Amino acid sequence: MSEAKMIEIQVLRYRPEQEDEPVWQSYSVPFTDDMSVLQGLQYIKDEIDGTLSFRWSCRMAICGSCGMMVNGKPHLSCQTFLRDLAPGPVRIEALAHFPIERDLVVSVEPFVKKLESVKPYIIPKEPRTLEQGEYLQTPEQLAQFEQFSSCINCMLCYSACPQFGLDPDFVGPGVLALLHRYNADSRDGGQAQRMEIVNSQEGVWSCTAVGYCSEVCPKHVDPANAVNQNKVNSAKDYFLRFLSPKGASK
Amino acid sequence: MNQKTAARRPYVRSMQGWWRRDPFFMVYMARELTAFAVLAYSIVLVVGVMRLAQGEAAWNGWLAALQSPWSLLLHLVFLLSFVIHAKSWFEIMPKTMPLMFVGGQRMNPAIITWTGWGATIAASVALFALALWGQS
Amino acid sequence: MKRSNSPIFWALFGAGGMLAALFGTMLVFITGIAVPFGWTLSPDLMNYARMHAFAQNWIGKGFIFVIVALFAWHAMHRILCSLHDIGIHKGLLAKLCCYGGAMLITLIAAVKLLAIGF
Repeated sequence: MSEAKMIEIQVLRYRPEQEDEPVWQSYSVPFTDDMSVLQGLQYIKDEIDGTLSFRWSCRMAICGSCGMMVNGKPHLSCQTFLRDLAPGPVRIEALAHFPIERDLVVSVEPFVKKLESVKPYIIPKEPRTLEQGEYLQTPEQLAQFEQFSSCINCMLCYSACPQFGLDPDFVGPGVLALLHRYNADSRDGGQAQRMEIVNSQEGVWSCTAVGYCSEVCPKHVDPANAVNQNKVNSAKDYFLRFLSPKGASK
Repeated sequence: MNQKTAARRPYVRSMQGWWRRDPFFMVYMARELTAFAVLAYSIVLVVGVMRLAQGEAAWNGWLAALQSPWSLLLHLVFLLSFVIHAKSWFEIMPKTMPLMFVGGQRMNPAIITWTGWGATIAASVALFALALWGQS
Repeated sequence: MKRSNSPIFWALFGAGGMLAALFGTMLVFITGIAVPFGWTLSPDLMNYARMHAFAQNWIGKGFIFVIVALFAWHAMHRILCSLHDIGIHKGLLAKLCCYGGAMLITLIAAVKLLAIGF
């Protein structure tokens, strides 16, 4: 019977009721080649230290719950494998740029409020009856928004974005990608209603095209494209707003 | 179990030195630093314009300054900076454009980048040719 | 939410950045390396007679002005953003220094180019 391979996992702990500052804690975890970082954390919680707190659900990179910093980079822990991090140590920290509630759990409420604020639903161009039937879209029309609809709200892009880190009021890459998903959908007529957010400093104008958001996105949404495309749209809106009173936004 | 929930006390981590935490951010900072070279070169040129307006003697003084070893070093730094600027500029350019399609297929955004480089090479050749013509 | 005025400066930043990307490298090579040291180009290319004539011509004037001004606006916008990145808030003073500086360079270029005449 061969010895189990061991790896050191260091976790930044934070328990507000017992400490003022986060503190690193080290665990020695046996691992096999098929184990994810999430499974490593689950081993710690089940066998070593039941007080470790972290979010997870689907363990297959679709729910967006298990985002965390692994060796300084934002990752989904269910999609990051211990074999790739061996011999370790593996340093795990809560998602960057978010306040830590406890251990690896961050405050997500502001993010959810931002999602709600961009009117993330089809606003029809004109009222439509059932008798008119379904909308028709060409594959090209679908392709204009489809990748932006793949977002799983995992917030890795927010951890990648230094502008969000510096200004938590920045609406951010994920939410702007969601906004763009609707603006770019040929069925939608709500662009003018969403422009107020786009045009504000907290909208696209906080972005400096670092581009890291698109690098870390596990679903290849390319939020950098969504945000920077809308800089052009916002600039057009800014300069041409006096020409078209009917179509201009506030 | 009838425990009161512990009071929430969210901990906010510092953004001090954030750009040193990841090589990606260091590359971003290097790109942003090229702005100093662009500014400095603009100032070199505007001083030249001022000297040109002041007459031949002043202009020749500016030309002589360009022949110093410090000026050469400075312009080599400018050269490198402008190349880094162009490279990063054309890499970002596709991100500012909507998704493009040719004949129903999604066009590779890298084509925008290569087009930018092509335009730069063409513009550079044209400038150099203009210079050759100008000195004849 | 208040509409941002960033589009003005972003448009100037974009125009300057595009010119810098397309022409900057060769311009630096010509004006700072080739001509002063006579490598591949003659030092006489930028002598007073030629440059004065170039600057008197409205195309030459326009070219010089656009390059000097837009490079300055591009650089200052980026510098302002970089100051913010290292923790210096985009307050009124920072904006005055940066955009004010670009405006100063623009005005000097315009005034001097006009002074050179036609």
